[in-house]
Amino acid sequence: MAQVEFQYIPTFSITKSLVDLRPYGADANKSKFVDWTWGQVTGPNGEIFAYPQDTGPMGMVYRADLFAKYKIDVPKTWDEFAAAARKLHAADGKVYLTDMAANETGAWHGLMWQAGSKPYTVNGTTVGLAVNDTASKKVADYWGGLAKEGVVATDPDFTDTWFQGLNSGKYAAWLTAAWGPVFLGGSAKSTAGKWKAAPLPQWDAGSNVSGNWGGSTTAVIKGTANPIAAAKFAEFLNSDPESAKMFNTVQNFFPATTALLADPSFAAQKSEFFGGQQLNQLFGQIGDTVNKGWQWPPFLDQSNQDWTETVGKALADKADAAGATDQWQQRVTSYAKDQGFTVNAG
Amino acid sequence: MTAKRAGYVFVAPFLVLFLLLFMFPLGYAAYLSLFKDQLVGGTVFAGLANYTRALSDPQLLQGAGRVGLFFLIQVPIMLLISLAAALAIDSGLLRAARVFRLGVFLPYAVPSVVAALMWGYLYGPSFGPLARFGFDPLTDTLMLPALGNIVTWEFAGYNMIILYAALRTVPAERYEAAAVDGAGPWRTAWSIKIPALRPALLLCLVFSVIGSFQLFAEPNLVQRLAPNVINAAYTPNLYAYSLAFTSQQVNYAAAVSFLLGLVILVVSYAVLYTANRSRR
Repeated sequence: MAQVEFQYIPTFSITKSLVDLRPYGADANKSKFVDWTWGQVTGPNGEIFAYPQDTGPMGMVYRADLFAKYKIDVPKTWDEFAAAARKLHAADGKVYLTDMAANETGAWHGLMWQAGSKPYTVNGTTVGLAVNDTASKKVADYWGGLAKEGVVATDPDFTDTWFQGLNSGKYAAWLTAAWGPVFLGGSAKSTAGKWKAAPLPQWDAGSNVSGNWGGSTTAVIKGTANPIAAAKFAEFLNSDPESAKMFNTVQNFFPATTALLADPSFAAQKSEFFGGQQLNQLFGQIGDTVNKGWQWPPFLDQSNQDWTETVGKALADKADAAGATDQWQQRVTSYAKDQGFTVNAG
Repeated sequence: MTAKRAGYVFVAPFLVLFLLLFMFPLGYAAYLSLFKDQLVGGTVFAGLANYTRALSDPQLLQGAGRVGLFFLIQVPIMLLISLAAALAIDSGLLRAARVFRLGVFLPYAVPSVVAALMWGYLYGPSFGPLARFGFDPLTDTLMLPALGNIVTWEFAGYNMIILYAALRTVPAERYEAAAVDGAGPWRTAWSIKIPALRPALLLCLVFSVIGSFQLFAEPNLVQRLAPNVINAAYTPNLYAYSLAFTSQQVNYAAAVSFLLGLVILVVSYAVLYTANRSRR
């Protein structure tokens, strides 16, 4: 058995490294998990490659004290977010509304996911690539514009610069996943009590959509001597109510089971770090709004590297990020062809 | 006959390890480089296709050009510093020469990973001391000099020790002869010491060829701080690494590594050849 992140399941299933769990009764568990997570572990021919373990529906955590100080309302749309970014940076040149890390492919994919982009469609050896589709370009154009204006930072994340920025109030908000708040509590201790969380800003006022960043599954590796025991244990580990609950309370995983998400005692938990806000309830609701049908490519590492060198580079250099999605598309396409895939563009 | 056999026995431990740990991996890499493994379609024999692809791969050529430039600029600077330091210690005019010697050598004792991390902190764009003066070396234009600085810091002391050791072997008679001829310390350094250092300098130069073209640890670590400046093909070695581990193109990576080895061989030979020729 192995813990595999959602986004890497196709990378391992293309090399036939994962056991299809259907013969071991996986289908019967479908209703126990949030439905978009089940879509993520399902292969092109209906195979079930893993059990969802935790999820990362995306929201926005922000420094309520800084928002109050600079008189900024919590942005509900991306237009409001852009206006807030300009206002904040104009008021204090050392503060940015957020950091759109130019190396963070996870968050970027999550934002593309929210925008309704369908960059990868995989069907066996045929792969559809559209990392420069309209929604993807919209996201790139938006962030590229803000980066060019200099009102959002583009520092690489999970670096010392970035940790320091979170602690010092350089970034007033972080677009992150459901696991983000706990992470923040550990790495930005000095800012305890100053944070609040909200859903992601929306492209259309009144809509309610999110993407996902991170989260993991339990898969069974081909070549196991004992597939039945492994499959059954993977099932128990992630669907048993007690076990699922412990992943949350002990490991701080954000749950993937509908039962736990609906559990009133889970939803009612308050986070001290977030001034007593009920984060589980909030991110549970966000989880219901994650777009279904998103797919990952069987060569995610390559696509990520290509993103960093095209779109990410454009963000960091304050260049044309929307145009850079075309280079991204061209690079992943030639890679996929070289690897023997039949590629459908667009 | 028995003496001959004894010779083989003495050589055997080395030979076994050499074959097992050096020749076997090399042969395996050469074998791998002749195939192509695709995610779809599996492994097929590719002949020299990986090599022809590498020779026209702009990413590889750019990386090779970059380390070539690095070699041409960083190595002379580093060797000049090493030479100056070695001559200074050998002159006997320095106070606390042993402390100086140890101090210059000390960076070599720091693992290159630690050195790169440490310089990474110093270069840090929002908290490093350089940032306080508004100086950010982690940009497209300044990255190569910044890496050169790290490498110089690491290896100047190492080369200094080689040169200093060579100076200690200069026979005292030559100095006496020079003194009799009325040569002062500068003249002695120029006419006696530096010519005597020629083989040692050549050795340092060949080491530096290898070091420059195999540049890996420093860019790999600084990449984390500046992921958009140092790309996956920044140096040929980094490229081979990312081809093997990110792109899953182990066969192509093997071909790239082999070509890199060939380039190092050719450049090292060229350095030795020109040096030997100019000596005549």
